Amino acid sequence: MMELLQSLEQMGLDLLGPLWLPIWTMVKIMLIVAPVMLSVAYLTYAERKVIGYMQIRIGPNRVGPYGLLQPIADGMKLFFKEIIIPSGSNKFLFIIAPMLGLAPALAAWAVMPFNDVLVLSKVNAGVLYIIAMTSLSVYGIIIAGWSSNSKYAFLGAVRSVAQIVSYELAMGFALVCVLMASQSLNLGEIVMAQKGHAGFLNWFMIPLFPMFVVYVIAGVAETNRAPFDMAEGESEIVAGFHVEYSGMAFALFFLAEYANMILIAFLTSIMFLGGWLSPVPFLPDSLVWLLGKASFILLLFLWFRATFPRYRYDQLMRLGWKVFIPLTILWVVVVAAWMQTPLWVW
Amino acid sequence: MNFETIVFYFFAALMIMAALRVITASNPVHAVLFLVLTFISASGIWMLLEAEFLAITLVLVYVGAVMVLFLFVVMMLDIDLSKLRIGYMKWLPIGLGVAGLLAFEMISVLGYTGSHKTLTVHAADYSNTKELGRLIYTDYVYPFEIAAVLLLVAMVAAIALTMRRRKDAKSQVIPDQIKVKKADRLRIVKMQAETKE
Repeated sequence: MMELLQSLEQMGLDLLGPLWLPIWTMVKIMLIVAPVMLSVAYLTYAERKVIGYMQIRIGPNRVGPYGLLQPIADGMKLFFKEIIIPSGSNKFLFIIAPMLGLAPALAAWAVMPFNDVLVLSKVNAGVLYIIAMTSLSVYGIIIAGWSSNSKYAFLGAVRSVAQIVSYELAMGFALVCVLMASQSLNLGEIVMAQKGHAGFLNWFMIPLFPMFVVYVIAGVAETNRAPFDMAEGESEIVAGFHVEYSGMAFALFFLAEYANMILIAFLTSIMFLGGWLSPVPFLPDSLVWLLGKASFILLLFLWFRATFPRYRYDQLMRLGWKVFIPLTILWVVVVAAWMQTPLWVW
Repeated sequence: MNFETIVFYFFAALMIMAALRVITASNPVHAVLFLVLTFISASGIWMLLEAEFLAITLVLVYVGAVMVLFLFVVMMLDIDLSKLRIGYMKWLPIGLGVAGLLAFEMISVLGYTGSHKTLTVHAADYSNTKELGRLIYTDYVYPFEIAAVLLLVAMVAAIALTMRRRKDAKSQVIPDQIKVKKADRLRIVKMQAETKE
């Protein structure tokens, strides 16, 4: 496999010269973005099926066998709908907002390692890059809310922004613990720092268990998912920031939300669950483990939505500022002290 | 002209254009968004200087957090643009004077330290972050700590200035809420079923 790839690269280099690098990079980008978008489509299907079974319903079952073509039908429907632009809106920002929401969610995948060789860009400051990219996705929401010129959209945007900015801090501090434990900002090296003879006991989930819990919960809040989906609380503010959107522009917000969910699931697997490493020493490490761990985290996302009622806004802020941030700062100190003792075996 | 130079001029031109639009845009929200573009272009230029940690931190801190709060505040403001334009000509000379002074200061500062060093190109696995961390906590530990204390003082001052406790404010006491038992809230009344007369 590797020889085949190398000979392919050599052939391309001979054939196209300096043009080969951008073309080959584009091919690699497509190889990452296309599966991500396909997973986004089928995550919506999985969500409806899983929540359906949890509520003793069947879920989508009409389009194709077991309803498997449902996401494609939904996509086609949204694609052919008219995009309505409100007359009082700021047209340029109104159209660009969904793109600003989706682009960072996809750009963050550039540094994601899938195993020790499968990575588009081995950036040394990879973790920082991902945090920066995910913090940019808030612009899509706030610009959408403001440019719609509607009070419901604006209220939804304000809620969402306050929530994302608050939970980013807790997420950042949880990651600081991982960075200290792995002594690297490179995602690939973070995974390799969790390699050892004890299988899953070497994962950072064990010493950093409170941070793992905080990271998953903050991840749910970051992606505006239930039970933290105040940004689109339909019982209070209709649909929040995307109330004025229709057609494909509306769909882009959902693509961004689900792409962010998948991103958070992969990041959790890489930071805390050993990425592509096998949980038991006698099985080989492979990409399949990473996909399995990410799928489990995604199942948690869906499970939360089927289980918990929506939080109240002040409770959400209390959880973020008064529980998570003190806890994560405390754990940074604990890990720093722990690492100086011989008891630190990770 | 190599590729780096083209990228530099692209980001520099973008940055100057965006910075000009920050002060000329009539809509304050547009001005903030142009400021965001300025920061991102600056981050691109820093990336060319192989300062990847600073470049990404600029995006993370300024674009991802500070500018979001800026935007948040600016969107809430109810600004009458025509009122802002009153007295534009009257204050223009003073504004130009201040701008000229600032430009003079910057030119004099940058002109003296104008030793144009060529950048040393590092290998791909060179970690800018590690070097920066080492320098901050060894050679520059006092300036760094003083800056941190200054920021803390500013934060405490800002909170102390704006915090006003209302006497009638209601707040939740979570431990009390958890301690509540069924008997504290609920009284079960036994009564005869009413009969139809």
